[in-house]
Amino acid sequence: MATAEAGGDLRLSGVTKRFSAFTAVDGIDLTIAQGEFFAMLGPSGCGKTTTLRMVAGLEEPTEGSIHLGDLDVTHKKPYQRPVNTVFQNYALFPHLTIFENVAFGLRRRGVKDVKKQATDALDLVELGHLAQRKPAQLSGGQQQRIALARAVVNRPQVLLLDEPLGALDLKLRRQMQIELKRIQTEVGITFVHVTHDQEEAMTMADRVAVMNHGKIEQLGAPSDLYESPDTTFVANFLGQSNLVPGTRTGTDGGYVVIESHGQKARILQSRCVPGSDLLLGVRPEKIRIQEAGDEVPTGLNRLTGGVVVDASYLGVSTQYLVRLPWGQNLTVFSQNLGITERFRDGSAVTLAWEPDHSFGLAGDAAAGVDEEAAALAAAASAPQG
Amino acid sequence: MAAIAPRADATEELPRATGRQLRTVLILLVPGLLWLGIFFVVPLFTLAGTSTQTPSGSGIPGEFVQTFHLANYWDVISEYKGHFGRSFLYSILATALCLAIGYPLAYLIAFRAGRARNLLLVLVVAPFFTSFVLRTLAWRQILSDDGWVVSSLKWVHVIPQDMAVTASPLAVVAGITYNFLPFMVLPLYSSLERIDPRLIEAGGDLYGNGFAVLRKVTFPLSMPGVVAGTLLTFIPASGDYVNAALLGNNRTTMVGNVVESRFFRVVDYPTAAALSFILMAIILVLVVLYVRRAGTEELV
Repeated sequence: MATAEAGGDLRLSGVTKRFSAFTAVDGIDLTIAQGEFFAMLGPSGCGKTTTLRMVAGLEEPTEGSIHLGDLDVTHKKPYQRPVNTVFQNYALFPHLTIFENVAFGLRRRGVKDVKKQATDALDLVELGHLAQRKPAQLSGGQQQRIALARAVVNRPQVLLLDEPLGALDLKLRRQMQIELKRIQTEVGITFVHVTHDQEEAMTMADRVAVMNHGKIEQLGAPSDLYESPDTTFVANFLGQSNLVPGTRTGTDGGYVVIESHGQKARILQSRCVPGSDLLLGVRPEKIRIQEAGDEVPTGLNRLTGGVVVDASYLGVSTQYLVRLPWGQNLTVFSQNLGITERFRDGSAVTLAWEPDHSFGLAGDAAAGVDEEAAALAAAASAPQG
Repeated sequence: MAAIAPRADATEELPRATGRQLRTVLILLVPGLLWLGIFFVVPLFTLAGTSTQTPSGSGIPGEFVQTFHLANYWDVISEYKGHFGRSFLYSILATALCLAIGYPLAYLIAFRAGRARNLLLVLVVAPFFTSFVLRTLAWRQILSDDGWVVSSLKWVHVIPQDMAVTASPLAVVAGITYNFLPFMVLPLYSSLERIDPRLIEAGGDLYGNGFAVLRKVTFPLSMPGVVAGTLLTFIPASGDYVNAALLGNNRTTMVGNVVESRFFRVVDYPTAAALSFILMAIILVLVVLYVRRAGTEELV
């Protein structure tokens, strides 16, 4: 497939946006490679949409600059940039047919073979047969695809997607995620996708920037973010995390040793922040749950003295809530392999996991922050059940 | 009026009324129907009857007998065709001027006014707080040849030194434009205000510059307001006589002025009635043509 003219990367340098006293975006530096599928993930109000609108030209940065390759687009009007947007709720023109909606950008640019290009774009989203309908006659999923076709047909250097799947139901959303990824691969345009749905970001994007309070908390491939979160916000916004407060006591080989309520655990040095107050982190699905007193294989991190306070059988797995002696509850997902017996409420258990699966976060911010982040993450993932 | 009629597909979705609901509907309609019947339908027939009467021959002014004299219509058309021409010329000019002034104003109030929006809307209707006749009289002062407006325009050579503005067609059109401007601005505003700003942003995002977006997105989407505003301006303006009477001269009289003088001064009821009917018929035809042309489909 043809790709956009060699334009190069999208670069944001020190981009800041203030609305009177409120700073929506706070000094973002970011380079998005040409042809990349990039996601900006964060709770509402984190500045991700404002960032997107500045790239589109719908907002002007208070400070900083935006470059597309060598072209400085910081103060260019939206219609002067080789950038197109798929708007939240699509913003299809209600008075124009589907064909004219898709042809709109081509006509404004004075392209010659409007008919062929618009038809090709409609075929790309497999809705060529609806060309003469009006937007109001289409379903949400169809409107979504038309909005995509209307943007892609212009072969922009960068395509911006503002929560494009937010209004669709779960099943359609999964289907559209695959579709979007297919189209992106086919047209080879840089996609910048804004979403509050971590699963959406992780399934589609090559790289994800997790944003909070107008700043990028962490940037990386989905697996990096998930396996080694840098902050408690990222640890809780992307999936669930168990975070146990503790103190650094020393090192053991390539591992940091952390002590928590008299129990010791190890964290890979490369996955642990400096400092003595730490949070020992581990994902629920990494934890093995076994009866108290059963032998734990050597070399594993363990936490003893746990009591199951809740067991939810989900079919594919069982979700346990285990209370530790100091009153903290940890979540454990136990895959339903059918080998071991399920634990009941009140069972005394030991939790164990590979030291390489631990991560160490800065502990001083432990208390309040994570409840907020956890609440946001829960709210964000709620629609997916 | 077409502009405010509900969408056809919306009514189709309504469940069929049960007998009880139907009775309620009828009861609710009674006051309105009675009102229309007594004060609109009956007088309309009376007017139609009057329009074909001829003088009784008794010599008493104001006494007419019904002779179904349809020639009355032909007579008034041939006698007053100039008045009809002026009525429609002035009202179309005034409507066009209202649109030209009102659209930017409504656009500003809808999209750019911010917190001043409500204040500006009050200012648009503020002229209604003063009597229509008084305001029109005030225009006579404003446009008078020794008034400050005309003299300063002459001083900066915008208009020729010997030009008289008062008692001219210009003054009549200006007066009509002024008096009916709020009827243009308010429907335009309500139409513009309902446009999703993201559609305008999408137009810019899709390579439309300011003018292209206005022409291809904003204006088509505001068509219901344009149609409603132009009708609300044009229809009363074409029957208006106050502006022509107060701001014009005896060569600027409109149909409304003739109807007024035939009814109240000359006591020639059949001529006045026939004039009214012809005016009504022409307006009806023009409005139907216009609404068809503007596309009823857009009126959602």
